[in-house]
Amino acid sequence: MPKHDTPLLDELESGPWPSFVTDLKRQAETKPECWDILGQLELSFKDRITHWKHGGIVGVFGYGGGIVGRYSDSPKQFPGVAHFHTVRLNQPSSKFYSSAKLRDICNLWEKYGSGMTNMHGSTGDLVLLGTRTENLEPLFYELTHDLKQDLGGSGSNLRTPACCVGPARCEWGCYDTASICHALTMHYQDEIHRPAFPYKFKFKFSGCPNDCVASIARSDFSVIGTWKDDIRIDQAAVQGYIKGEYKPNGGARTNSKAFDMEADVLALCPTGCMRMKGDELQIDNKNCTRCMHCLNMMPRALRPGVQQGASILCGAKAPILDGAQLATLIFPFVEVSADNEYENIIEIIESIWDWWMEVGKNRERLGETMQRVGLPTFLRVMNVTPIPQHIKIPRENPYVFWTDEEVPGGFERDVREFRKKHAQ
Amino acid sequence: MGYDPANPMVDRITDIGPPHFEQFYPQVIKDNKGKWLYHEMVQPGVMVHVSETGAECYTVRVGAARLISIEHIRELCDISDAHADGFMRFTTRNNVEFMVDSKDKVQPLLDDLASRGNKFPVGGTGACVSNCVHTQGWIHCHTPATDASGVVKAVMDEIFDQFTEMKLPAKVKLALACCLNMCGAVHCSDIAILGVHRKPPMIDHDAISGLCELPLAISSCPLGAVKPAKATNAKGEEIKSVTVNAERCMFCGNCYTMCPAMPLADPDGDGIAILVGGKVSNAKSNPTFSKMVIPFLPNTPPRWPETVAAVKNILDVYAADANQYERLGEWCDRIGWEMFFEKTGIPFTMKSIDDYRLAYDTWRTTTNFKFTSHCK
Repeated sequence: MPKHDTPLLDELESGPWPSFVTDLKRQAETKPECWDILGQLELSFKDRITHWKHGGIVGVFGYGGGIVGRYSDSPKQFPGVAHFHTVRLNQPSSKFYSSAKLRDICNLWEKYGSGMTNMHGSTGDLVLLGTRTENLEPLFYELTHDLKQDLGGSGSNLRTPACCVGPARCEWGCYDTASICHALTMHYQDEIHRPAFPYKFKFKFSGCPNDCVASIARSDFSVIGTWKDDIRIDQAAVQGYIKGEYKPNGGARTNSKAFDMEADVLALCPTGCMRMKGDELQIDNKNCTRCMHCLNMMPRALRPGVQQGASILCGAKAPILDGAQLATLIFPFVEVSADNEYENIIEIIESIWDWWMEVGKNRERLGETMQRVGLPTFLRVMNVTPIPQHIKIPRENPYVFWTDEEVPGGFERDVREFRKKHAQ
Repeated sequence: MGYDPANPMVDRITDIGPPHFEQFYPQVIKDNKGKWLYHEMVQPGVMVHVSETGAECYTVRVGAARLISIEHIRELCDISDAHADGFMRFTTRNNVEFMVDSKDKVQPLLDDLASRGNKFPVGGTGACVSNCVHTQGWIHCHTPATDASGVVKAVMDEIFDQFTEMKLPAKVKLALACCLNMCGAVHCSDIAILGVHRKPPMIDHDAISGLCELPLAISSCPLGAVKPAKATNAKGEEIKSVTVNAERCMFCGNCYTMCPAMPLADPDGDGIAILVGGKVSNAKSNPTFSKMVIPFLPNTPPRWPETVAAVKNILDVYAADANQYERLGEWCDRIGWEMFFEKTGIPFTMKSIDDYRLAYDTWRTTTNFKFTSHCK
C-alpha cells in the first residue's frame, strides 16, 4: 500500500503532547495498512466529515457482541481500511498488565489486525482497532486458546464491567473493587456476550465517593464504596498538617498557600460537622455525609471508618435520548464480600434485570425506564422501603396517586346517595 | 492444530472472561493490597503510597494518546521490563502507570522516559488538567460531528504545562465526545468538548426501503419530527419513506443511528460545543452535569484554533479567579453564571438558555443576581 500525502495530519506531528500521527507513521513501517488509515483520516480532515459507512454487523460464532463492524466509504482509494472492524478485549480488573501479556496481545494484533489500539475504550475494554472480517475467527481462536482471554461486550447486553484501582493501591478503597468486578464479569459471561436486554447495561465499581471510574455518571448499576461508622482520626497527624509538616491535599498542588485548617477543611465541609476543640479535631460523624473532602485534604490524618461497604445507585446515562441522568441512590449501604460470592448484590442485579427486561422499551436505558414509571414504582419493584435518602427533597406538587385500597371505603361510591344530602 | 475454517466449531472455547488481575500485580501491590495508609504526590506525575507494613509504592504516571500502536505498547513494555519488573497499569483517563517499590528506582525511570522524545509526558496528577478522555472521531466512528484524536492533540499541545504541573485551583477533568451519544462521561466533566450537528438529516429515498425499518426510524425521534411520507426514488417508483420536520429537529442524530438512509453529518453544519462545570466526585459538592456555555465552534482541522482558544481561555480565567481547592463548577456556582460569562468574555446568547424538557429547572426564579455588563 502506497503512502498518501498527509499535509494536514503532518501538522499534528509538532507540539509537546504525544502525536498519534507520528505513532501511526511508525507503525506503518511494518503494517502498511496504517498508511490507508492516515490517508482516509487526511481525507476527513480535508472534507471535514467522517468517511466510515454506517454500521456493519460482524462477529464471531455464538457471540452477539464484542466486535464492532466498520467499513470505509472509499475502499478503492483506501483498500487497507476497506474493512476496519473493532475487536473489544475484556480488560483485566483495574487495567493491570504484565509486559508478557501485552506483548502477546501485540503479536496477535500484528498478525490479524492493523496494529492500532485504544488503551482503553470508554467503557473499559482494550480496543483493537481495525481488522478484516476473515480475520475475526482465527483471531478469536488464538485469543481464547493461546492468550486464554475473551471478548468484551457491545450492543444491547451487559457491557464489560470496569472498576477503579481500589485497595490494590489506594487507602480509600472501601471494598475490593477488582475482585467483585472480576467475579461478576465471570458470573455474567452469557449476558456480556449475547445481547438479550432492551439496551446496554453497565456496571461500574468505585472504591470511595471520589468515584474515579465516574460510576455515578455513566453506569446503570453504580457501586460506590462507603462506610457506616466514624472516620478514623490520627490527632498527631492532624497536628502535623497544622504545623506544616505534611503537604495538604496529598501534595496535589505545588502552589498551595500554607495549610489553614479553618479555611481549607472546616469551612469547606458541606455539612459543617467538623470543628477544632483546642488541638483536637472533632467530627460529628452522625452528620457527616462521607463526601471525602477532609480525607482528601489530610490523607495521613483521616481514614474511612472500619465498617466498610458500598452504596448502590441506579440509572445513570449520557444524553441520548431524553437527556443525561446521574445515578439515583437506591441502597444506601450493602456489604460487599467475596465470602458470600456477592450473593446479596447478584440478587439486586437480577431483580432489576427481571423487571427491566419485561417493561423496558427497545433502546431504553434503565434510568429512562425508571423515569417513565417513576421512582416509587421502581422502589416497589425492587421491594425497597422508601426512605428520605432516596430523594433530594420531598415532592413539591400535591398530586399523589392514592389507590383504591389506601382510602377508607375505596373509590366506589353512589352518586345518588350523595345527592340525597347534596342537591344539584 | 489452530483454527480450521472448515470446522470453525471444533475445540471452540467461549466465555472464559478476562485474565485474572492478580497475576499482573507488581509484588509491592500483591504484598500491600488493603494495607495502604496514605499517599502523597512527590512531584507532578509521581505519587508514593505508604503501607502499614512500611512498604512504599512509587507510581510514575505517563500521559498517552488514547490511539496508540502496538509499537508504542511494546516500548511501554521495554520500559516496564527495565524499571518496573515488567508490570504496568492503565488508568481510566488513558494514562500509563509504572509502579516501583523504592524511591531509588524513580529517577532512572524518569530519565529513561525523558530520553524517548515527547512520547511519555509525566504528569496527570493532583491539581492539573487531566489527560483528555475521548471517543473515536473520524478515525473509526460512523456518526461523529467532529474528530477526536486531532482535536485532543491540538488542545493538549496548548495546555501541556497544565498537565505536567499541579498549579490549578483543583483538578480539571477534560473530555471530548465526537457526538451527542457521548461515549464516556463527557457530560460530567470540568471542561467538555462536544461534537454537534446543526443540519437535519437528509432522506436517501433510493436506499431507505432496503436499509431501514420505517417504524423504528419514526419512533427514534424524541420530538416526533420524523413522519411517514410517500416519496419517489431515482427509478421513478413511489415508495414508502419518511419526512423530517426541520423546525422540530434538535440534531441529536438518533434517527441516523436507527436508519442509515438519514445521514446528517455536514462539513459546515457540524462543529463543537463547549460545556463546563461538571464533576463526578462527591467531595465538597454533589456530582453534577456540565453546562453548555459555547453552543458552536466550527470544525477547523488540523488544529481547531477556535476550540483550543476557548478551552485555554476558560482554564486561564478559572486558574486566576477561583479559590484554592475549588473545582471549576464550584467556582461558577460561587461567582454566579453571569460573572462566569462576564469574566470569560464568552457571549451569552439565546442558545445558552435551555428549551428542552425540564428546562424550567434552569431558569432563575429569585431576585438574587449580580449586575454585570449583561444588564443594559
